Amino acid sequence: MSIEKKEFKPKIVAFCCNWCSYAGADLAGSSRLSYPADVKIIRVPCSCRVNPMFILRAFEKGADGVIMCGCHPGDCHYSTGNYYARRRMTLLFSMLDYIGVENGRTRVEWVSAAEGVKFSDTMNSFVEKIYSLGENVRLGDLRCRS
Amino acid sequence: MYKIAKENLSALFRLIAESSELYLPVKTAGQVNFAAWSEEAEVALDILKSVKSPKDAFFPQSEGLYTVKREGKKMKVEPEELKNKDFVVFGMKACDVKGLEVLDNVFLADPIDTFYAARREHGTVVALACHEPEESCFCKVFGVDAANPAADVAAWMIGEDLYWNALTEKGEALTEKVKALLTDADETAVEAEKEAIHNIVEKLPYMNLSLEGWNGDALSEKFDDKLWEELYKPCLACGTCTFVCPTCQCYDIKDYDTGNSVSRYRCWDSCMYSDFTMMAHGNNRTSQMQRFRQRFMHKLVYYPANNDGMYSCVGCGRCVEKCPASLNIVKVIKAFQKQGGEK
Amino acid sequence: MQELINRAKELLENGTVARVLGWKAGDLPYNPEPAYFESAESLKDFVYNGFCGANLSKYMIEASKLEGKTLVCLKPCDTYSFNQLIKEHRVDREKAYIIGVGCKGKLDIEKIRNQGVKGIESIQGAEITDAADELKIQTIYGEKTVAYADAMLERCHVCKGKEHKIFDEEIGESKETKDGERFDEVSRIEKMSPAEKFAFFQKELSKCIRCNACRNVCPACSCRKCVFDSNKFDSSQKANVDSFEEKMFHIIRAFHVAGRCTDCGECSRVCPQGIPLHLFNRKFIKDIDELYGEYQAGDDTDSKAPLTNYTFEDAEPSIVGKRG
Repeated sequence: MSIEKKEFKPKIVAFCCNWCSYAGADLAGSSRLSYPADVKIIRVPCSCRVNPMFILRAFEKGADGVIMCGCHPGDCHYSTGNYYARRRMTLLFSMLDYIGVENGRTRVEWVSAAEGVKFSDTMNSFVEKIYSLGENVRLGDLRCRS
Repeated sequence: MYKIAKENLSALFRLIAESSELYLPVKTAGQVNFAAWSEEAEVALDILKSVKSPKDAFFPQSEGLYTVKREGKKMKVEPEELKNKDFVVFGMKACDVKGLEVLDNVFLADPIDTFYAARREHGTVVALACHEPEESCFCKVFGVDAANPAADVAAWMIGEDLYWNALTEKGEALTEKVKALLTDADETAVEAEKEAIHNIVEKLPYMNLSLEGWNGDALSEKFDDKLWEELYKPCLACGTCTFVCPTCQCYDIKDYDTGNSVSRYRCWDSCMYSDFTMMAHGNNRTSQMQRFRQRFMHKLVYYPANNDGMYSCVGCGRCVEKCPASLNIVKVIKAFQKQGGEK
Repeated sequence: MQELINRAKELLENGTVARVLGWKAGDLPYNPEPAYFESAESLKDFVYNGFCGANLSKYMIEASKLEGKTLVCLKPCDTYSFNQLIKEHRVDREKAYIIGVGCKGKLDIEKIRNQGVKGIESIQGAEITDAADELKIQTIYGEKTVAYADAMLERCHVCKGKEHKIFDEEIGESKETKDGERFDEVSRIEKMSPAEKFAFFQKELSKCIRCNACRNVCPACSCRKCVFDSNKFDSSQKANVDSFEEKMFHIIRAFHVAGRCTDCGECSRVCPQGIPLHLFNRKFIKDIDELYGEYQAGDDTDSKAPLTNYTFEDAEPSIVGKRG
């Protein structure tokens, strides 16, 4: 099988909390703000639902970047979920950095339901960053490439 | 009998690698395991035992079986290719070679395991005699001669030379290929080395372990023994013993969903694991004691019952060295012996 | 050791405890195994020496379910694990009679072998009462001497201290063994370039054989069913097909014990491939210390763990990139 040199199209997974960020994405859409189609949104009930395993699995299955969005600290629908998520993601990202995964491939942004513009800006800048980093080769599973 | 100077071994490896894949003990991050040879590889022939046994070369820890892909509305099944290239495993020890015999009885018996059979057909084994056997070794107990590995080519490291003696057709063929590097040698040095090894073997603490009472007929007597209840207690239920063992042959078959296809693979399984031989109705061994007992019963009772009394332990002693709880087959055998004596 | 045996006998005989959890002498000089002793007579096989590295706190999870009290011998570092298990309601304090045993550093047979020692017949100097700084090893290939410190487990070089955090009584002297800094190695890796870091861990983790010894020995890994054992999880435990599988297992495992890991070092001790697994746990500990304040799991039985806690002013995840 010959491998064709294809233009790099990143796969980006965005975990968005149901109450703020997902609504923010909705607002971005209804306000006709654009963000790249490379971003695939997965809705989660709260940012603290995101298990570190989700992030690693996304990378394993071929994601080039993973971003998690939740309510601003203090605004969590469940009061405190995003505070826990913040600690978890900080530690996880630090660990990924420690094993040599480029730090830019992971990001956390707090996006409220009213911040359609922020959502679109965030996604644009994140996708741009992933374009500059190129394909994720360090965490992917080879079997997912064929 | 031929010989080659140690300093020419890298030339030998290069020559072998030209025509076939070559696996030999390589040191990576402080540990020696069998791996493919390359110019950069840190070859470690002076070690006695690799951490994992070299059974990987014939029965890899994980290997693909086939992949199912979706093409439009159809499914396409792509079987994994069988091994079709010759390869050489250099530096196995007599016990590891005997381990292959144990695996042969399982995988080459009907129904033949085609993946294993293809590897056996294409693999040539060059085995090294054990220069300095260690206290954890007990190969003699299972009729293995550490000084005379029964492989395609038997080799001895003596002083600055490696002595080379082809024992089979495959061995002769390999010898032909590398003949330019070999010189004729007489057997005196090898005979002396063999004697030295035999002398050391006699001094090792485990070498005179008695297997009395362990055979294919001992099933109910051993199975129902209360001693297992005591013996298993320190066991952590990890798979170290099974995964370093040259004769453990149980495997599991699993599917991996890659997103656009499913690849089915098999991988070593361990009887120490809670999902070992899990079936639809659940698990037939529900306690760690039962799983622990399975391992030793399989090696010393079930296997001999099905294979004319041959044990499926070769006394390499890897489990003796590696068990995190310092449990091992020797302790089990001894515990039963002791109990027998007290009765 | 005799004092320990005598006391254990006494407690067994007067009915205070129903069994003793300690170590039984092995058939080689270096392989004692964790064992239960239920009679004074069986204690003749009891041993406590430099090779008794196993952390018996883990065994107390099962022992807590048994009838009656269990006398358990805990080294100073093991008591942290025991405390942590109490905090997580995995062991029953009332079911344990803890004898804090002295420790002068535990030995690593691999380190002895790596110094070219083979064919071991006997080892002198590993006894807990020995004051010697050397091990005299009789082998079939002649006598060898190895400095005690050179044969010690990595964890003992960065010992947390010889104070028992929980005990009913203490028996035996301890000796300071610390001669290194716990986070030095982590800091060294942090300073590498991403490519070097990746190469380092790739090389180490490519040796992993998925035997799960690290998980099964870990006192913090006390889940009844591990996520990596779940049949419904499509890359469960056993395969080692692609190097990322191993990374994921070890990262997730370290993450799951983050804030609960007492850094007892058992994972690295038992790894058959000598992978320095403590480097993952220590990285989390170091980050927690730096970002959320110093925290030692197992120091006590009631404080809030860092990952089940938060402050309004916690650092944002972007700090990882900024720290450089």
